[in-house]
Amino acid sequence: MPKSALSGTRIRALRNARRLGQADLARLAGVSASYLNLIEHNRRRATPKVLEAIAEALQIPASALDESAGEALVQTLRAAAGRAAPGSPAETERAEELTGRFPGWAGLIALLHARTEALERTVERLSDRMAHDPNLSASLHEIVSAATSVQSTTAILAESEDLDPQWRAVFHANVHADSIRLASAAEALVAYLDSTGEDTALAAPQEEVESWLDRQGWHVAAVEEGEGPRDWSALVGGQADLASAASRELAAGWLARAQADARALPLSALEPPLRAMFATGGGGFAPEALARQFGVGLAQLFRRLATLPPLSGVPRFGLALCDGSGTLTLRRPVEGFQLPRFGGACPLWPLYQALVQPDRPLRATVEFAGRPPMRFVAHAVAGARDPLRFDPPFAWEAAMLLTPASALTGVDSTAVVPVGTACRVCPRTACGARREPSIITGGGAASADGRSGSVDL
Amino acid sequence: MGHDGTGLTHPATAGDPRTSGGGGGHGGGRRVLVIEDEANISEAIRFILRRDGWAVGVHDSGHGALDAIEAQAPALVILDVMLPGDSGFDILHSLRRQPSTAALPVILLTARGGHGARDHAREAGASLFMAKPFANADLLAAVRQLVGV
Repeated sequence: MPKSALSGTRIRALRNARRLGQADLARLAGVSASYLNLIEHNRRRATPKVLEAIAEALQIPASALDESAGEALVQTLRAAAGRAAPGSPAETERAEELTGRFPGWAGLIALLHARTEALERTVERLSDRMAHDPNLSASLHEIVSAATSVQSTTAILAESEDLDPQWRAVFHANVHADSIRLASAAEALVAYLDSTGEDTALAAPQEEVESWLDRQGWHVAAVEEGEGPRDWSALVGGQADLASAASRELAAGWLARAQADARALPLSALEPPLRAMFATGGGGFAPEALARQFGVGLAQLFRRLATLPPLSGVPRFGLALCDGSGTLTLRRPVEGFQLPRFGGACPLWPLYQALVQPDRPLRATVEFAGRPPMRFVAHAVAGARDPLRFDPPFAWEAAMLLTPASALTGVDSTAVVPVGTACRVCPRTACGARREPSIITGGGAASADGRSGSVDL
Repeated sequence: MGHDGTGLTHPATAGDPRTSGGGGGHGGGRRVLVIEDEANISEAIRFILRRDGWAVGVHDSGHGALDAIEAQAPALVILDVMLPGDSGFDILHSLRRQPSTAALPVILLTARGGHGARDHAREAGASLFMAKPFANADLLAAVRQLVGV
């Protein structure tokens, strides 16, 4: 299994900064100099106990040497490496070393990468608007038509010295009419662009909603209150995160759904059986049993579980929803469950397997290709998106709930499905489901073969 | 047909604006059909072509455009893309499917001059693609070249 260079590189950098010899630090930490040498050169992975002793000797918190602490940054650097010019590739295999030795520079690169992604998204949205907005298209067509007429007509007037006076009068009148039309169209275009200026915000509406929910820990207390339907526009109206009208509309829709979920699965009734399932000797997490008990569908239960307030003894769940096209419509992250910001996700996610097997609940143990790799038990189901209807269009939706395997007992470790975030940043180079090459060339995760049924931890 | 929307009467020398034409110049009385819904644009095109000796017909909609082409049997068609009724692309596809008009020179005019529109026009069988606004001299040169005068 590849070793993470993060801890060893950091230890070496910190020791050098303190002008400590390797033998000195080894003595202070109570390990042999040769063992420390192996750790510093990333040839041995230090045990948590040894890391703790080294951290104490270096007078830093042990968490600073935690290999997973800089993982997100390393992942971002690898993604940023995809921007390297052809012929001048970035040293992706040294991303961990960069993070360990120059955390400030690494953070800056990650920040610039995120900023560039956001700007690209804005450009994409503006391009989409140019191409598909019917109002804008009609305005531009009107302006181009008027400009064409003016240009052709004035050219005739300017270049025809012997123009018949009657024709001259016709063309003068035409130019006058077109100049008025041009001015009106330009004025209407400016007014239109002014009125829709708020929609040029950096984030897409879905990202705004997710950012807003994330800031509240994915639980909005107001959905637990009241009996009848309520108008959510007042609640979403004053939220700074929800900058665009589109995001406020999406948020209001989500809240209405969450309120229905909360009514069907009241917190006071749901909490006791849920906690019992995760308690020692409690029989294990069985979402199908909860769904039966409350008479709800699995998808509704998944949404509710992923947006509960923190409950003692109950893990935080991750959630992904997608529509019939496979587009992710909600991404509720949880530690170790990396979600793509743009484009499609890993096609091996049980979410997508469920989408092609409607109404068939699926369960799988999945391992995300991170450092360290994280295992989750995924429950997924797909079906018609409510409300049910007899007339088209028929909308489909799939839901996937992720429960950290560490919170469960009896997880089958013999049939683990290796998955990733998205092909572009996935190190499983030999995966049969790959749709584009990975930009990660070195230092893969636990397994480089997505087709295998299990992985070596 | 008072198609310029100005309320003015057309000059007497112009005759019927849909079919007016002259016999001299490069056109030699050959017929060009302009299918364009913007009256002032077709007015300008009609003028510059007629002055060059072309007989010019004007049709202002996608509706009935194929019938107009069949009836007037032009030597060349100047075809706008965005028309009421059938689009310029629809009309072009129909023309290319009929043996009698498969080789008819067609200049496609569009307000969208990007690569995508150009590729689309070429695939649809346009003889030439011109983005609006265009220079009168360029349009005239294109007509002469495609008809071979």
